[in-house]
Amino acid sequence: MANSQAMCSQFKVDILNGLHAFGASVVRAGTTKDAYKAALYLVSASRGAGDTVYSATGEVSGTNYSAGGVAVTTGTAPTLSGTTAIFTPSASIIYTTVTLSTAFDAVLIYNDTSSTKLAVSVHTFGSQTVTAGTFTLTMPTNDASNALIRLA
Amino acid sequence: MVIETSLGKMDVRKLKKVVHQVDNANERTTVTEYYLEGVSVHRSVDVVLKQASVTAAMLCAALK
Repeated sequence: MANSQAMCSQFKVDILNGLHAFGASVVRAGTTKDAYKAALYLVSASRGAGDTVYSATGEVSGTNYSAGGVAVTTGTAPTLSGTTAIFTPSASIIYTTVTLSTAFDAVLIYNDTSSTKLAVSVHTFGSQTVTAGTFTLTMPTNDASNALIRLA
Repeated sequence: MVIETSLGKMDVRKLKKVVHQVDNANERTTVTEYYLEGVSVHRSVDVVLKQASVTAAMLCAALK
């Protein structure tokens, strides 16, 4: 048995669970998990890796859509799949009976518990509109190859 | 079956249903549209995200 340089797999899961802070951190109100939301953005918006917090700029608007989007169900805690830490919302993200007439193609997942609404991830898809219908984002399989968030 | 439309609730038997599907590396999307006399009155979309756009291998590499 020899030593091997590695990123400890559990560390990746612990990052997703907020157990490490190499820089200045925050005082958390408790040990319960945070709440997350998903907001939709117009094709004309500029969401991406540079986002730090939720922004209403470029967010869709329309019938039955509330600014800030909808709650993300986080029923399954981050876990390891092999050496990859993974997390996928445990239910589809659903916008029910909305009319979104201006084309949109992105969703921002952000931390709704944090005071600044910290950004987590941006996911893109083909340009869409919805008319008096339901927009559903069905989650991928929660494994090392497909999970929505993967720390490989 | 009755569905929501831009004209209020309508019986689907009065509407023409069109289903479009897109399947690529990033997504598998199903669009279900209902038309009344050639005008779209309902459009629902189901996007299955296939490929995570968020992987943090570079972050982890930077921390090594």
